[in-house]
Amino acid sequence: MTQAFLNIDKVTKAYGAVQVLNETNIAVQKGEFLVLVGPSGCGKSTLLNMIAGLENITSGEVSIDGRVVNDVPPADRNIAMVFQSYALYPNMTVRGNISFSMEMHKVPKPEREAKIAQVAELLQITHLLDRKPGQLSGGQRQRVAMGRALTRDPAVFLFDEPLSNLDAKLRVDMRTEIKKLHQKLGTTIVYVTHDQVEALTLSTRIAVMFGGDVQQLGTPEEVYNNPANMFVAGFMGSPAMNLFPAELIELNGAVGVKVVTAGGFITLPFPHGAHLTDQIGREIVLGVRPESMTDPESADHDSHCLEHVDLPVELVETTGADSFVTILLGGKECIGRFRGKSTATAGQLTHVTFDMTRAVAFDPKTEQRLA
Amino acid sequence: MTLRPARILLYAILGLFCLYYLLPLYVMLVNSVKPLQEITSGGMMELPQVWTLAPWHNAWSQAQVGVEATGLKPYFLNSLLMVVPAVTIATVLGALNGYVLTKWRFRGDTILFGLMLFGCFIPFQIVLIPMARSLGFLNLSGTVGGLIFVHVVYGISFSTLYFRNYYSAFPTELVRAAEIDGAGFFTIFWRILVPNSGPIAVVCVIWLFTNIWNDFLFGASFSDFSSQPMTVALNNLVQSSTGEKEYNVHFAGAIMAALPTLFVYIVAGRFFVRGLMSGSVKG
Repeated sequence: MTQAFLNIDKVTKAYGAVQVLNETNIAVQKGEFLVLVGPSGCGKSTLLNMIAGLENITSGEVSIDGRVVNDVPPADRNIAMVFQSYALYPNMTVRGNISFSMEMHKVPKPEREAKIAQVAELLQITHLLDRKPGQLSGGQRQRVAMGRALTRDPAVFLFDEPLSNLDAKLRVDMRTEIKKLHQKLGTTIVYVTHDQVEALTLSTRIAVMFGGDVQQLGTPEEVYNNPANMFVAGFMGSPAMNLFPAELIELNGAVGVKVVTAGGFITLPFPHGAHLTDQIGREIVLGVRPESMTDPESADHDSHCLEHVDLPVELVETTGADSFVTILLGGKECIGRFRGKSTATAGQLTHVTFDMTRAVAFDPKTEQRLA
Repeated sequence: MTLRPARILLYAILGLFCLYYLLPLYVMLVNSVKPLQEITSGGMMELPQVWTLAPWHNAWSQAQVGVEATGLKPYFLNSLLMVVPAVTIATVLGALNGYVLTKWRFRGDTILFGLMLFGCFIPFQIVLIPMARSLGFLNLSGTVGGLIFVHVVYGISFSTLYFRNYYSAFPTELVRAAEIDGAGFFTIFWRILVPNSGPIAVVCVIWLFTNIWNDFLFGASFSDFSSQPMTVALNNLVQSSTGEKEYNVHFAGAIMAALPTLFVYIVAGRFFVRGLMSGSVKG
């Protein structure tokens, strides 16, 4: 097995008796964009800080480019970090902020100047070089913070929720910028966020974290389409995946599911569950993405398992492009993503098309994936 | 806005108090520039009939303070030589302490801070004898250096309190960023923390300067004739004059002793307000 560029090997973190990060293994290849995503307190920032060297590693090893860095101070790890608050030095100009690190590493002045010019050009902040951070807008500060990190040509870039202080529109813009920057420079990036949309759009791989554990590590497609457990299913995607109780049944000689609805029950085929023939009759939690329960026109017609059902509508929320239609399934309020001009009305029956090739099943007790 | 009677009354009372507070200063000023016989003849509240700067000249360089008639000049210098290093050292050490106690936390740091804080509450009188022993042991008895030492030791408690509280609101991410940038312990302190400490440094300097300059007890206890500070010399001037009491000279001397603190308040106070303002702008 080839050694990963950034290797997190059996790493744990405990503050006294409190274990905040359980044994974690992540191997990041060179040029990858790994996003650590999860709710507050899941251990993602702790893990990032341990990679940066700002927090001690309780046990396990972190290595960068083949070198174990557990006891290497942050400055010598060949990393750069962008902080949530940007952490720009308020007493220095933008130029001073960007050159500080090079100054600390005793880079000669002409070289520093050249590098500053180059980075400023790349991030389009040349006209801001002589200003103080206090005179910059949020987006500009963000750029400067990235510029400061870029001067070091680091082996690994660390981002700690860099966009969470920006307003919604700017956040989307800067997200695109970061993605472009990664494509242009090809540097390895580890990026922490609690925003699953950021995670899905930016990453080449995602580590979904919860309760000090990596719940799933995979490409955005894998994490989105094949969630490993109910937490990942519920966390990734907006609106989240619908999770509702169902029963495995035999349907036309294959495996199907029976779901209680507002007016009775429906039965649907369940192609993913084909291997569960020995478990007919057991209770499961079925996971269906909002876009997989939609109006017949919006359904993915390449799918080989579309099921049309008439169901009563509880509520319709219009967002312009889409209408989110609430339907009761298995006693849970589930959301279907319908077309914006859908005619579904609250209190009436509407045609719903289930794309059952995309449906997944979980064990209600262990919350792990069944099929 | 109309001036209602209540408001007029309010201002009248305020004005009255203002006059009341300014009265001693007026008395000191006018009596320091009039010949002695105008005072002794009972005209203490009047403006001088003959204006003269002789009492000032006398107090500064001629009055009999110690053994020789040197005026207050050498003692003023003693005070300066004492107060400037003492304030500087106590402020810098306080800033360093605050930096360590907030950004390089260690086990027991809160207890240590609590103990240092305790120093703020120890009355001067309690430490007089142990301090005298210590100064003797350190071979600093009766020197300006000894006074500096005493004031630094007392000043650290306060300066540490000021800087610790100020730095605890200082974003730790800046320190972490500087760490990643490759700055060491002292580089972070001088390049990141200190340049952002303007307002609290001014508060600390005003406090320490005023206290150390105005201190009498330590000055009287731990100095000898060559190292006496201004406060002690002023006392000697007023107490030890033989023959007629030269009130005009005393007044001039007292004003001299008060001028430096006044100066610090006026000059640094402006920077203080400015520092507060720049900090309050969204940053």
